[in-house]
Amino acid sequence: MADVLAFAEQRDGQIGGSAREAVSAAARLAGSLGGSAHALVLGAPGISAAGGELGRFGAAKVLAGEHEALGDYNPEAYASVLAARIKEGGYGAVIFPATTLGKDLAPRVAAALDVPLAADVTGLEADGGKVSIVRPVYSGKAFAHLEVEASPVLVSIRPNVFQATESEAAGEVETFTPDIDASAFKVRVVERKGASDGQVDVAEASIIVSGGRGMKDPENWKLLETLRDAIGQGAALGASRAVVDAGWRPHGEQVGQTGKTVAPKLYFAIGISGAIQHLAGMRTSQTIVAINKDADAPIFGVADYGIVGDLFEVVPRLADEIKALKSGG
Amino acid sequence: MNVIVCVKRVPDTETRIRIDGSGDKIDPSGVKYIISPYDEFAVEAGLRTKEAAGDGSVRLVSFGDAATQETLRSGLAMGADSATLLVGEPTIDGLATAKVLAAELDGADAPLILFGVKAADDDQQQVGPMVATLLGRPCVTGVSSFEVGDGKAVCQREVEGGTEVVEVDLPAVLTVTKGEFEPRYASLKGIMAAKKKPLEQKDAAQVEAKLRVVKLAEPAPRSAGRIVGEGADAVPELVRLLREEANAL
Ligand SMILES: Cc1cc2nc3c(=O)[nH]c(=O)nc-3n(C[C@H](O)[C@H](O)[C@H](O)COP(=O)(O)OP(=O)(O)OC[C@H]3O[C@@H](n4cnc5c(N)ncnc54)[C@H](O)[C@@H]3O)c2cc1C
Ligand SMILES: Nc1ncnc2c1ncn2[C@@H]1O[C@H](COP(=O)(O)O)[C@@H](O)[C@H]1O
Repeated sequence: MADVLAFAEQRDGQIGGSAREAVSAAARLAGSLGGSAHALVLGAPGISAAGGELGRFGAAKVLAGEHEALGDYNPEAYASVLAARIKEGGYGAVIFPATTLGKDLAPRVAAALDVPLAADVTGLEADGGKVSIVRPVYSGKAFAHLEVEASPVLVSIRPNVFQATESEAAGEVETFTPDIDASAFKVRVVERKGASDGQVDVAEASIIVSGGRGMKDPENWKLLETLRDAIGQGAALGASRAVVDAGWRPHGEQVGQTGKTVAPKLYFAIGISGAIQHLAGMRTSQTIVAINKDADAPIFGVADYGIVGDLFEVVPRLADEIKALKSGG
Repeated sequence: MNVIVCVKRVPDTETRIRIDGSGDKIDPSGVKYIISPYDEFAVEAGLRTKEAAGDGSVRLVSFGDAATQETLRSGLAMGADSATLLVGEPTIDGLATAKVLAAELDGADAPLILFGVKAADDDQQQVGPMVATLLGRPCVTGVSSFEVGDGKAVCQREVEGGTEVVEVDLPAVLTVTKGEFEPRYASLKGIMAAKKKPLEQKDAAQVEAKLRVVKLAEPAPRSAGRIVGEGADAVPELVRLLREEANAL
């Protein structure tokens, strides 16, 4: 019997999808291991109120660490508080979201606890008390099935792969105030730019509208923005390396081998040829749509649905149809 | 200023991956190996740091099999001054790798140790911050550019939906993303010079891997897609399929 802890990420005091997915995954794993799931959220005083909802996603207990120095992510503070709570709780497994924050935090906690970390996993199960893990390697060209000989088992889960499941359950919230000396931090965030313009990041979006060199000009991204806005919540823009290298789009939007790995519900590849390094970043998407004027473009080889045609005609029509669909209910 | 860069030898991103008969590793025959692309950015960042400081050296460290020599030589050809190969069997256990590297790097006279943000084969994004934790150094991940001065490094960092400016006290560990570090090509002169640069080879520290691959599997083939149609007239049918069949809208 072992309990499972989920690290619940908050941003600007809001609990997001990645936290819900981690907590639900923890609840399922705890079920198989015969224990219960706990969620840990760290934030500024008052964060316990936001953390309360995690009970509905399967956390029997929500541990809320409140401190002024925890409002924004700081790796040193977060890692030390988390490592201490994990030791104290005697958990059998700990689940992080494989977001930018989770990928920064989890390895530090793993090294502090002297246990390995399986990062960015897409499969997580327990059978007879043993946890088995699946994760992509060689940029999705193969999947590694892993076993861990250590406790707790630490994993980070790829966003959008594990379902968040909501129920009527309520968790008990336990608030604590960790001891933190912010003056001892060796890493200090001095500025945040554009981090809260309200757009979801491409790595976490459930729908991605990606553009490539076929877009011809950075000005034409207006078309993709219109499509993104028509889809609405949870949609983000992505890009191929060709357009990032050309300076048309920021590197933060790049999908692929040297960009982000994404697994949204729906991926639109627009004016993207489908080079192997681009596929590396998006081939685990649930549904892929390709719009390309070249019927032989390799992207059609992985796309579930394709339209062969001029994107400058297809995309505006697509935005209109989706807008109509959304307003028509 | 002295900089150490940790680099990994990985299959070229164009390479087709075949699983060998044992079922738990890839068949290396016919596979071309390269420096992991992000590590190349880190080497570039190291070279620029040394150039800006006007003194010091750039040393490469890699943990891998004997063939990794070749990978290190290509980093030396870019301009690094020396290299150390810790000979051993690479593992998917990032903490075991980090321990091997930390054993070599402990006490190193280098205010900056650079890593790629992720290795192109295992893509765990963990070895850099783990080494930092083991060495007791602060660490900033996903750095797209940085400046050194005054006992600290000021780093630009890519985060969800934006960038952060982060200050870190030296000595530190940084993991590098592409940002402005477009790697230079090795010149012919650089390639010739690399042959004479010191490349030390020694046995890696013995560390047991606790995360192991039991099986490697091919990805499930994507079911053959379909061309819905040509041009804008195909859009209504696409939207219908996305809604009714794929349940994606
Ligand atoms: C080490 C390495 C790492 C790499 N990492 C990445 C990575 O992370 N991400 C990445 O994306 N790439 C990466 N690449 C680059 C990759 O190999 C390709 O060069 C790149 O993906 C091509 O981008 P693209 O599809 O936008 O451009 P192109 O290949 O030029 O494709 C443009 C497409 O647009 C179509 N098109 C043109 N006009 C129209 C129109 N009017 N209507 C409809 N379709 C149109 C064309 O038919 C074509 O298929 C990497 C390469 C290397 C060597
Ligand atoms: N075997 C290795 N030898 C040297 N450096 C390594 C090795 N494995 C990983 N690294 C470094 O750690 C980074 C991150 O690797 P990973 O955590 O596997 O994604 C790489 O970009 C390298 O800089």
